[in-house]
Amino acid sequence: MKVLVTVKRVPDPETTIRVKSDGSGIETDNIKYVINPFDEIALEEALRIKEKMGSGEVVLVSIGDSVVTEQLRTGLAMGADRAILVGCDQDLDSLAVARILAKIVEDESPQLVLMGKQAIDDDANQAGQMLAALLGWPQATFASEVVLSDDQQAVKVTREVDGGLETIGFALPGIITSDLRLNEPRYASLPGIMKARKKEIKEIVATDLGVDIAPRLMINSLEPPTQKEAGKKVETVEELIGLLHDEAKVL
Amino acid sequence: MGNILIFAETQKGRVPKSSLIAIQAGKDAASKLGGDVLVAVLGADTADAASEAAGYGAAKVLAVNDVALENYLADAYAATLEQLVQANDVTLLAATATAVGKDLLPRVAARLGVGMASDVVSFHDDGTLQRPMYAGNTTATVTLADTIKVVSVRSTAFDAAQPGDQSVVEQVSVSLDADATKMQFVEFNETKSDRPNLTEASIVVSGGRGLKSGENFTTYLEPLVNELNAAMGASRAAVDAGFVPNDLQVGQTGKVVAPELYIAVGISGAIQHLAGMKDSKVIVAVNKDPDAPIFNVADYGLIADLFKAVPELTEAVKKAKE
Ligand SMILES: Cc1cc2nc3c(=O)[nH]c(=O)nc-3n(C[C@H](O)[C@H](O)[C@H](O)COP(=O)(O)OP(=O)(O)OC[C@H]3O[C@@H](n4cnc5c(N)ncnc54)[C@H](O)[C@@H]3O)c2cc1C
Ligand SMILES: Nc1ncnc2c1ncn2[C@@H]1O[C@H](COP(=O)(O)O)[C@@H](O)[C@H]1O
Repeated sequence: MKVLVTVKRVPDPETTIRVKSDGSGIETDNIKYVINPFDEIALEEALRIKEKMGSGEVVLVSIGDSVVTEQLRTGLAMGADRAILVGCDQDLDSLAVARILAKIVEDESPQLVLMGKQAIDDDANQAGQMLAALLGWPQATFASEVVLSDDQQAVKVTREVDGGLETIGFALPGIITSDLRLNEPRYASLPGIMKARKKEIKEIVATDLGVDIAPRLMINSLEPPTQKEAGKKVETVEELIGLLHDEAKVL
Repeated sequence: MGNILIFAETQKGRVPKSSLIAIQAGKDAASKLGGDVLVAVLGADTADAASEAAGYGAAKVLAVNDVALENYLADAYAATLEQLVQANDVTLLAATATAVGKDLLPRVAARLGVGMASDVVSFHDDGTLQRPMYAGNTTATVTLADTIKVVSVRSTAFDAAQPGDQSVVEQVSVSLDADATKMQFVEFNETKSDRPNLTEASIVVSGGRGLKSGENFTTYLEPLVNELNAAMGASRAAVDAGFVPNDLQVGQTGKVVAPELYIAVGISGAIQHLAGMKDSKVIVAVNKDPDAPIFNVADYGLIADLFKAVPELTEAVKKAKE
């Protein structure tokens, strides 16, 4: 079975994000970039599916300028078979991403597309659902367990929803977006890294795909969050209770 | 400006508070941008929920009854909403960013061929919107370029709608093709709890990795939670370790809460956790590490071993109530 995995390059979740003083964007100096953590989980799931089935192909796709090669190489080192880089140097919203991905899906005809539930930079949580809509495919977002049928024609997905866990099913092809507890992604091994160097990264250009990628969601400006005044530190429960009672009046 | 359509969820025949928040957000938007507020209620038998939704002063409630809508499923619900948007001169479609809202709205937006803004916290007269990005490290002012705008709203940024004039309930039927009915509902494993709902409680007590085990949540945290009649929350680390169920996770990728009082116990205060609770009115942190970043957002920080402090706190709350 062929699985397409989408990979976005995002700032490492450990780095501190600062807004530029003119509000035009974030400070990008000294930022380390990684594969969006949810996409890493999606990739891990695709690799496990391939390993379990004993056959298949895992194809990565990333949209961005040439630096995303770095994240694609990491994904190939984890075990993906090949990659597609859709070159694009403008900022894209999730609809534009979904439109580009729909084209790639048309070309590649995967049975399954595994994506992250949300990119941790824009925190949109949209692209997977939008891609499913454009293709007319079923979707299972926020997946915490994926079970393929023996004949690989259908899937049951457990989803992390409000108030518990929900299971839905559908015949493939379909879209699944990962939640945090779907799996624990592997690290790239040294042999994996060596092998990745020889794997193919096919480059195409977004503007050649003939899709409208003008952003419909425009970011006008960014503001830093309002800073809170430093609070009070206490060392005994008695002091704390006193403050909560007399000052904060919450008890 | 055309009409504003609010998607209301139903839970066991009722409209949950989260959807009353969306109705209020719709009223807010209407006061700034104009248009009538319509409320959509979908299901196999929406009679009760639709009449409840009609009590909040919307111009109209659109009730869609169809067997295919018995359980929430993204494909059938998205196709239905798309038809409601097209047929009712809707230029703003909104719902609360719950698990359902997040799953559904982008699918509707893409069906309509329009962009979407997630987690909107305010609407402005000039048509711009505000939403957080980068785990709450920035607030972005954004514009949606399409005539039809789709937004999910953050529940902590709006109040719940208050009862108002009775609205007319209009029964609407839709046609759902094969592409809109590919998904099947299998089961829902509800996390059973007698406590207040995490996103609705006025007090939330959350535990982190510092609690070290699920048993300790029961032994140390639960008595405090119960004494305060609070909801229980958790950090990702506590959920990942299996101490508590997944739907208790507070943060960037979990639930966003803003109670009157938030007590963080044994939680370090990673930015991803803060993203889900830093707008709480009063924040208390209990942590033995004086340098834990949670103290940067805490109004009151108790530097102590939680295994000693939490039982004392529980006792003190009990006494204070007597
Ligand atoms: C993509 C992504 C998304 C994420 N989303 C979320 C999210 O939505 N929500 C979330 O919470 N996290 C999220 N995280 C994880 C986040 O980065 C942190 O790893 C997590 O919040 C840490 O949880 P913690 O504070 O419980 O654990 P730790 O960071 O390990 O902190 C434990 C704390 O307990 C204290 N402690 C230990 N023992 C005691 C004691 N006896 N008495 C008092 N204090 C004690 C320690 O001093 C420490 O400060 C996300 C991470 C990523 C990469
Ligand atoms: N530029 C991109 N390249 C590849 N995949 C992307 C890109 N942007 C978003 N995605 C995918 O879509 C998911 C959701 O993104 P978002 O809608 O931005 O939150 C991400 O986890 C990725 O899997």
